[in-house]
Amino acid sequence: MSDAGGRRSKAAHIRRLLETEGDAVEENTIGFNRGRYESVADLEDYEELKSEARAIKEDAIERLPALIDELTATVEENGGTVYLADDAADANRYIREVASEQDADRLVKSKSMTTEELEVNEALEADGVDVVETDLGEWVLQVADEAPSHIVAPAIHRSEVDIARLFNERFDPEEPLETAEELTAFARERLGGLIREADVGMTGANFITADSGTIALVTSEGNARKSAVVPDTHVAVAGVEKIVPSVEDLSPFIELIGRSGTGQDITSYISLLTPPVESPVVDVNEPDVAFADRDDDREFHLVLIDNGRMAMREDDQLRETLYCIRCSACANSCANFQSVGGHAFGGETYSGGIATGWEAGVHGYDSAAEFNDLCTGCSRCVNQCPVEIDIPWINTVVRDRLNRGGDEGQFEFLVEGLTPDEEPGGIDLQKRLFGNYETLAKLGSATAPVSNWLADAGPARTVLERVAGVDSRRELPAFKRETLRDWYESRGPRIDAADAEREVVLYPDTYTNHVDVDRGKAAVRVLEALDVRVRIPAVPESGRAPLSQGMIDTADERASRVYAALAEHIDAGRDVVVIEPSDLAMFRREYEKLLPEASFDRLREGSYEVLEYVYGLLENGTDADALGGTDAEVAYHSHCQQRTLGLEPYTTTVLETAGYDVLESDVECCGMAGSFGYKTEYYELSVDVGDRLREQFTTPAARDRIVAASGTSCEDQLGSLLERDAVHPVELLDPRRRSGR
Amino acid sequence: MTVDVQTTRERFEESLADLEVPVTRTEPTALESALEEIVREPAIGTPLEFEAVSLPDWIDDAPTPATLEAATTSVTSASFGIADYGSVVLPARPDGSEQVSLFPELHVPVLRESDLVPDMPTAIDRLGPVLRDGGSAILATGPSATADMGALVRGAHGPKAVHVVLLGDGETDE
Repeated sequence: MSDAGGRRSKAAHIRRLLETEGDAVEENTIGFNRGRYESVADLEDYEELKSEARAIKEDAIERLPALIDELTATVEENGGTVYLADDAADANRYIREVASEQDADRLVKSKSMTTEELEVNEALEADGVDVVETDLGEWVLQVADEAPSHIVAPAIHRSEVDIARLFNERFDPEEPLETAEELTAFARERLGGLIREADVGMTGANFITADSGTIALVTSEGNARKSAVVPDTHVAVAGVEKIVPSVEDLSPFIELIGRSGTGQDITSYISLLTPPVESPVVDVNEPDVAFADRDDDREFHLVLIDNGRMAMREDDQLRETLYCIRCSACANSCANFQSVGGHAFGGETYSGGIATGWEAGVHGYDSAAEFNDLCTGCSRCVNQCPVEIDIPWINTVVRDRLNRGGDEGQFEFLVEGLTPDEEPGGIDLQKRLFGNYETLAKLGSATAPVSNWLADAGPARTVLERVAGVDSRRELPAFKRETLRDWYESRGPRIDAADAEREVVLYPDTYTNHVDVDRGKAAVRVLEALDVRVRIPAVPESGRAPLSQGMIDTADERASRVYAALAEHIDAGRDVVVIEPSDLAMFRREYEKLLPEASFDRLREGSYEVLEYVYGLLENGTDADALGGTDAEVAYHSHCQQRTLGLEPYTTTVLETAGYDVLESDVECCGMAGSFGYKTEYYELSVDVGDRLREQFTTPAARDRIVAASGTSCEDQLGSLLERDAVHPVELLDPRRRSGR
Repeated sequence: MTVDVQTTRERFEESLADLEVPVTRTEPTALESALEEIVREPAIGTPLEFEAVSLPDWIDDAPTPATLEAATTSVTSASFGIADYGSVVLPARPDGSEQVSLFPELHVPVLRESDLVPDMPTAIDRLGPVLRDGGSAILATGPSATADMGALVRGAHGPKAVHVVLLGDGETDE
């Protein structure tokens, strides 16, 4: 993706999906996402259940080899067979042998992403076996010859009208099919006949219990039950990571999986099958023999798949991926996924946030590279994952590894001097440019306004777009000649140390210091109005910019420098106040991976989002009267990472305390996500995501309100979407607002 | 103790109401007349696993593949119910109870009020020994459903409707 042609074709692919599949994907994923919020809200012990589920998975993966042995012994004792396949070819060879031994003409399948990973259908079809997908969504795709666009609802990109057109063309029914009811009845009838005459039934498994050999299947249609019990031979295919120690371990997963996925408290059927099952075969050749009079000799094969998983288990960064229960919460809560679905946000088999880990582990880094950039690190999936996987971190790690395996950059010589990062040669120029934003900003301020004129000039934008993929449809941030630190140094503190309630370090994030200096000045005045003495020392960029480009070593080095610059202040009892939520999220979340535990804890506990800090002061009795504020109406968009940290209520509460009437957005992300929206290949996607926010803020109830946003890039995105300026909430509290300046 | 059972039953009924699944409470002696109200013929079933309660003789309790395909209603016993979710636990037995509960349009699970458990952990604890002994069970919650055809439809590969029958305590002193 390091050349202009590659960017153009990527942009074209995304544009086509936005036009063809975007609407159906958006409606369905947002429906699932809303359902999830509602369904988990009913669980009193949601957080405890997630931790319990997480602990079970950690333990199971830790002792996986022993569990595989235990499960094998259990299944064999039950009368089944276990085959541990090294890779897809090995698994397919075994499954073909089973089909051949059964003289199988037809095999019916229930939905299984693991069998998609193996491409077992193609392998069996090559032997002349008629493979029939019985999940209605999978069947639609089989008829249409398409790949799933979602790991749980595979045909999510197709509407009722679409499917009706497909079926009417393909099957030419006497009465044309129209409604979902009619389509479902048609499919049930047709598939029912195919299941009845099947020789082998194949299912996946959501969980397998080592102590009982039980296959747990989470479904709603009933096709998995039919596939497993109608024919006399059942083949279950599952990754080794599906094993849990005991039946009792299933409980938290059963409570979480449906809620996390499609927002259902529980799916229609949780099938707990311990094969070979006692249920009789439904034999069309003996239609009049009572079930009770049969004496079936059922056959059961459990095919456990390694295919890279045991190596993932040894990989400290990818291991977490194996805890994934494939519920799709990370996909449904992802703003980019909501716009394009799995046909863009996915690799060879898997799609959505966690797919990066799966694809890197089972298919390799080339497959992960296809879509890894679509994770913006907004972190909205983090709290939604029922097994608490840090999905953005996995995406960052894979991006870092991809950077290291990349080709030598063509324009390396141009940026070497401008990019004091810790990265190896070969990293994509676009990533390097955005990853070194701090250096650009310093240079930009030092040479402003000339730097802004030059950057905005036509030829410069053309070169920026062609060489670095910076979209010329975006307005570039204008650097201020006088930085926030320059301003404060000449102005000095207005609160005497002796009179101060508290003393703080106001973190001069790159954007506030060089571009939106006004919000920094407002923060100083607000803090001083509350008797807080402010210091603005030189502190490096947090590492957010390089981290978002997958430059982990550079971010790691920044973290150390930031900590070194702040540690003494924290020890002196000064609180660290941060305006930009993405930088605060570094201190509170990502630094856990980059700093020693004690340092991380100290900085995390000593740092505050600016409105969170104001809230704390007011709670502790400081008088709010000195703050600015009116009874004006505000439309407020919090910031994705701020919401993941649970901090947005402080802003709304403080604004309300100051007299404002606040309406809050409920979209997952504004779509800008730092540098993402500036990139040529993602500009249109960024605007499509932002459109959901634009719609919320242009309703009659919102369109005349003052627009406020906590994040830099949210402000930029809102500014261009709404064509009116957005402000940081702290600017609404600026005492100067009251004095009518 | 009575209070607990009462609360669990109410919770179960409330969960079923949320699922729009009708429930009929009856004493064992009135089961037949209750089923007459609910069942649409042709009807099949498998023998109920409760002492002193059996299916009326107009329900075919020795189904075959042919009658399974032809039936409109099925009546089978559920081992227990889960109040928090409105789920019924359907055993997979050699008499075909699992298939019988799945194929016809309307499924009528019959269970005893005394077999209701409050929540999922209790239900799974109860299933542990059953599954370790080689048994299988389905936690069935409402009718089968799909959203794969572009809108939510009740009745995919399984029943379109479920009607739960709750048996009062009169039938057994255990």
